[in-house]
Amino acid sequence: MKQALETIRQQAETLVGAAQNEQELEALRIRFLGKKGELTAILKQMGGLAAEERPVIGALANQVRENIEEMIKTKAGQLQSAALNARLAGETIDVTLPGKLPAQGGRHPFQKVLGELEEIFLGMGFDVVTGPEVEYDKYNFTMLRMPPSHPSRDTQDTFYITENILLRTQTSPMQVRTMLEQKPPIRIICPGRVYRSDEVDATHSPIFHQIEGLVVDKGITFTDLKGTLDVFIKQLYGQEIKTRFRPHHFAYTEPSAEMDMSCFKCGGKGCPLCKGEGWIEILGCGMVHPEVLENCGIDPKVYSGFAFGVGLERITMMRYGLDDMRLLYENDLRFLRQF
Amino acid sequence: MKMPLKWAQDYAKFTCTPAEFADKMTMSGSKVETYESEADTIKNVVIGQIKTLEKHPDSDHLWICAVDVGSEVIQIVTGAQNLKVGDVCPVALHGAKLPGGKEIKRGKLRGVESNGMLCGIDELGLTLHDFPNAIEDGIFVLDFEAPLGADATEALGMNDIAFEFEITPNRPDCLSVRGLAREAAATFGVPFEDHVPKVPAGKGDVHSLLKVKVEASDICSRYSAAIVENVRIKPSPQWMRERLRLSGVRPINNIVDITNYVMLEYGHPMHAFDFAYVNGGSITVRRAKAGEEIVTLDGTQRALTPDMMVIADEKGPVAIAGVMGGEYSGVYDTTNRIVFEAACFDGPSVRATSKKLGLRTESSGRFEKGLNPENAAPALHRALELVALLDAGDIVAGIVDDYPAPRLPREIPFNPGAINRLLGIELTEQQMVDILLPLGFGIQGGTITVPSSRYDVARDCDIAEEVARFVGYNKIPSTVMVGAATARPTARQTFTRTLCTALTGYGFWESETFSFYSPKSFDMINLPQNSPLRGAVKILNPLGEDTSIMRTTALPSMLEVVARNWASRNEEAALFEQATEYLPAENSDNLPQENQKIVLAAYGANWGYSALKGTVEGLLHTAGIAGFEVEANTEGTTYHPGRCANIYVQVPVANAPPVRALVATLGEIHPAVTANYGIKPRVVAADISLDVLFAVRGGTPEFTPLPKFPATTRDLALVANLEVPAATIAGRIQAAAGKNLESLTLFDVYTGEKIASGKKSLAYSLVLRGKNATLTDQDADHAVAKVLKSLAEIGVELRS
Repeated sequence: MKQALETIRQQAETLVGAAQNEQELEALRIRFLGKKGELTAILKQMGGLAAEERPVIGALANQVRENIEEMIKTKAGQLQSAALNARLAGETIDVTLPGKLPAQGGRHPFQKVLGELEEIFLGMGFDVVTGPEVEYDKYNFTMLRMPPSHPSRDTQDTFYITENILLRTQTSPMQVRTMLEQKPPIRIICPGRVYRSDEVDATHSPIFHQIEGLVVDKGITFTDLKGTLDVFIKQLYGQEIKTRFRPHHFAYTEPSAEMDMSCFKCGGKGCPLCKGEGWIEILGCGMVHPEVLENCGIDPKVYSGFAFGVGLERITMMRYGLDDMRLLYENDLRFLRQF
Repeated sequence: MKMPLKWAQDYAKFTCTPAEFADKMTMSGSKVETYESEADTIKNVVIGQIKTLEKHPDSDHLWICAVDVGSEVIQIVTGAQNLKVGDVCPVALHGAKLPGGKEIKRGKLRGVESNGMLCGIDELGLTLHDFPNAIEDGIFVLDFEAPLGADATEALGMNDIAFEFEITPNRPDCLSVRGLAREAAATFGVPFEDHVPKVPAGKGDVHSLLKVKVEASDICSRYSAAIVENVRIKPSPQWMRERLRLSGVRPINNIVDITNYVMLEYGHPMHAFDFAYVNGGSITVRRAKAGEEIVTLDGTQRALTPDMMVIADEKGPVAIAGVMGGEYSGVYDTTNRIVFEAACFDGPSVRATSKKLGLRTESSGRFEKGLNPENAAPALHRALELVALLDAGDIVAGIVDDYPAPRLPREIPFNPGAINRLLGIELTEQQMVDILLPLGFGIQGGTITVPSSRYDVARDCDIAEEVARFVGYNKIPSTVMVGAATARPTARQTFTRTLCTALTGYGFWESETFSFYSPKSFDMINLPQNSPLRGAVKILNPLGEDTSIMRTTALPSMLEVVARNWASRNEEAALFEQATEYLPAENSDNLPQENQKIVLAAYGANWGYSALKGTVEGLLHTAGIAGFEVEANTEGTTYHPGRCANIYVQVPVANAPPVRALVATLGEIHPAVTANYGIKPRVVAADISLDVLFAVRGGTPEFTPLPKFPATTRDLALVANLEVPAATIAGRIQAAAGKNLESLTLFDVYTGEKIASGKKSLAYSLVLRGKNATLTDQDADHAVAKVLKSLAEIGVELRS
């Protein structure tokens, strides 16, 4: 019997080793280990053995069974792995083929840049306020120290709706509205559309966007104006950018200034972007005129403040190297997809 | 304002390079836009004399000249016919540069060597106004002495530099050489050397010749005038012509040039007119009478109205005050006796007149800004001084000066503490005084006396600016504001941004269009004639009809963008805009209502009604809005009548029942409308109210526990009449299936030959789930039975 078991083991070893697939392997398992299999058939003959031989043969039979089970398990593993490899090999694709993009959309360049400016100012504690574009003359001009005959009005050619209602030429009316409604401390920016009667060309548009800022609080100084705007520009263009301030005039601020930034393209050495000057004019600003505070019911003996205004078109065009403002309002997808 | 540098140096002896001057003046507040040195555009042109003149052997019009250019005699061939031996003229040598970038090289003309070019005035960028004795087509033969070989720019007085300043409206005093010279003196720390005009004693008495009456004294604070007799009209001297030319003013004749010269130097417009045409020898400054007219110096007949100020004689107006003189009384070669006028007219009045007449002049532009009446008499004196200097006529003694209420010096308290507080610096009182005195301010006993030319200075902040700009804006430190800063976007801002982000995720590109358009835009979208949207806010003074009304619907703006993209051969496009629409108020004294919309449009292979509706539903979902009703909108002329829907929501109202509001209209654009825009493919569009959407937005979602029990699915294939809307069927299913209906999906719609005509088949999948227990088959069957019963009421049955 010993011999018979050994023969079974050897046969099994040969046949399992030669099995080509899982079906063959299963057939071999049934042949050797099944209820009606060869090993079972041998074990059924155990009754005819001497008592002292039984445990020996039994142990051997169990060992053979375990051997065969192990052989089949190992072989099954090999077959599965081979099958998987074969499948993977058949599924190889050209991974350099172009991808299939999901539908793409995107924000307008204005909104991208505006979003960035808003983030910077929110981070500096400025709320974002918006208001009407069709506005009362008094908020756009008169309360900002530009009465009807004021020559400053000539620099802002105005579209009128009625004698007293116009298309705002600046977002400054929101400063007035905010000061009338809210007591200091005030820190706001007012982005939005403004209107001036300029014919459309590469650098002019009768509609454009402005972002005005206003701070009113106790003890606000000209040094605060400089510091705040310097931080803003460094946030927008980088820490290496320098700013400089030049005296200027706005009816509603005194002292007033224009701010230049060192050219971000050439680092101030002079290039076509900065017209060789190394500086780029970027915004107008100044200390809120006490009369404007008084007009809005704020006591200039207690409070002071500063205001500034920056053109979104200019920043957007410089950001993306645009040379024609008209593209921004044409909305050709071939343009929009670039940003 | 263009200013020749040397003119300013008559008043302040500063020395610097042109670049330094431009930079320092800009940083102290007088912004230099550009500067231009004429000498830089002309190089290697010298003065030469014709020594010999011979006919060119091979030409009937060329001449061969020997020209003495100081260091040598050179041969030049010229085609000019106005030369004779001994003439002195500008000579461009080999390598010379002329205005406009022209370069002169030696060469041969018909075989004869030519070592340069003899110049005409135009080749030097000059005109007959600059050198009246020159000729236009020929060589510029000098009528004055000049050393041979001298640099021509030097000899012709073209060696100054003109600086172009941007002068802000608050500083009319800087629209003058004297004003800018004072700024330059303060900037460079040199004394301002003012010049007090010396008027020679004249003959006779101006008061016996001229009577002046200012009736409109409310708008004419001063009227000064003088008379010059035996006027000798001729060109003014070269130095004056040169300064005028560099200042951008065309020289005319000595009298006119004097008025312009004084205007530039003193910043005060002057007017000269022929006394012979002042009827009755009396001048009245008054408002025009109704029906009066005048022919102005530009030859235009102008009707005057009683709000305009005129200078009139006994018969009528001779000038429009501060704007322009009359042609009749102008100064011509035959003029014998002139009146010089230096007056101070009210800015707003001149501005209104100039605007009404559509006539802006150098004079009106200056008066508009509000001139200093104190400056009028000195300007007049300066003019008389120049008359004597130029020997332009005989001065009649005295001036007429109607100035009933002289401008009093403005006094303001000197408050160094307040100035330091505003600027955030700590300057001593003395440091401030040292800045203010050179600018002409007087300071005594805590009071500042403001010079009459600086009426823009009225309070502490104005003094602070004077101090700051001479400390140097960039020497003042920068600080970080103190105080807690808390800011965040408003709910509306965050909401809008979320929706825009969602749309970009759906493949939409954001556009920005003008808020105004043409009234024809309404016809383009076939808006009915009686639509209230046609009543738009109109612009009184538009650039043109195309931009004349504020939009009441942003759809035309969007369709224009679509049309442009289609014309640009973009095969597919999906676009949106956050657009404002402007609806007029009932009372035109009130501001229009500005509604915020999201307008979107798309065309191309992936875009049809279904994709559009999915997009809008996606937005509603993003906005957290669950309950909305969709209704077919069949009345559209803008949209396809069979492919358009309105979506309604219930807007909550405080202490009242909710109001049903239209939140969106969406659909396929009517083919007649796309045809109007020249768009070939089908276009879908939606018009969504951001205001309504925000009003009904969902709050923070509340967590629903994940299901514990399995779901049961029932599929129903239904047959309905074609006209029964799917929304109605879905509504009935939802109502009848009750709270255990977890989801309802329409997975197939069929019409065709396998079904009776006039019918459609709809296949729904119902997922039912119990909240507290597994649903039994009987529960599910019961729910389905209720659904079928409800559907049967509207003729919808199971498909057999």
